Amino acid sequence: MYQTDMYEGMIAETVTLQGANHEYINAYFARPLGPGPFPGMVIIHHMPGWDEWYREAAHKFAYYGYATLSPNLYFRAGHGSPEDVTAKVRAEGGVADDQVLGDLEGSMQYLRSLPYVNGKVGVFGTCSGGRQAYLAGCRIQGFDAVVDCWGGRVVMNPEDLTPKYPVSPLDYTADLNAPLLGIFGNDDHSPTAEQVNLQEAELKKHGKNYEFHRYDDAGHGFFYHNRPAYRQAQAVDGWQKVFTFLEKYLK
Amino acid sequence: MCTMIVQQIKIEGSGKSGNGWFTLKEANVSYDHPFNAPLEHALNIDFVNEAQGVGARVAVELSTDAARALVDAIQAVLQKADDGGHIVD
Repeated sequence: MYQTDMYEGMIAETVTLQGANHEYINAYFARPLGPGPFPGMVIIHHMPGWDEWYREAAHKFAYYGYATLSPNLYFRAGHGSPEDVTAKVRAEGGVADDQVLGDLEGSMQYLRSLPYVNGKVGVFGTCSGGRQAYLAGCRIQGFDAVVDCWGGRVVMNPEDLTPKYPVSPLDYTADLNAPLLGIFGNDDHSPTAEQVNLQEAELKKHGKNYEFHRYDDAGHGFFYHNRPAYRQAQAVDGWQKVFTFLEKYLK
Repeated sequence: MCTMIVQQIKIEGSGKSGNGWFTLKEANVSYDHPFNAPLEHALNIDFVNEAQGVGARVAVELSTDAARALVDAIQAVLQKADDGGHIVD
């Protein structure tokens, strides 16, 4: 807990790391100053891209004591404003799950290589990033905590599967190998409350360690203070749930 | 991406971005999260020229009602032009 007579400092900068297929990508890295040890966090940007909100989120996690890496999952689409790059990725139908998982695993390994990281690394994502966090918890060995914020399309219909998204994340639930926190708005259209029910039933079926918090009067993206979807009370409570969960498993 | 609903078409024309006019080659039509419109999902159209890089883009984000009205207006204007003998492809 921060006290007003404590020293605090933070550094945030762009770094590069090896992602999928050992290809280099860039990432935004924010961490507290000092020798640590600090737990690590990989935060997965949402569909609107590697944008300002994710810079702010990285600062927030660092403020709470986490060495926080936000990999640019759209790196291979080229460079320009985050919106222009995202528009290109959107036109291409998004990025393949296998490529994303390779980038997330590389991010986790990058954090573990640092002398001031305590060896524990969590993963957090919102929107498409929530879905990818769920996938990471199932398909990558080594994350110590997973936070899925309103990840849409965790439950996918067979007709929605494509070469980029060949398997519904729900079908990997038996392989989930880290504690999971889920944050959802009950008015969301993706995932719907019914889809969250299905996700929860699958987690129960496989005896997984999870906790879900589902908020009334909140829809998709209710943490985003720059969007009409923002819901102040639910967002404050949701962030508190996130940091309580991470402190339990990473510190 | 959240909905992944997108179609790309080849087009001919010009678009004006902050850097001035450029030749349009493609239009990407999607129904997904907008960047700016105060909606959870929007009908997004990106008029682009992929060969010129990601910045060669003119974007609109429309509500579904606006998008349908736009389609109707385009069809009506084209029909009137056709009826008047103005379209000579």
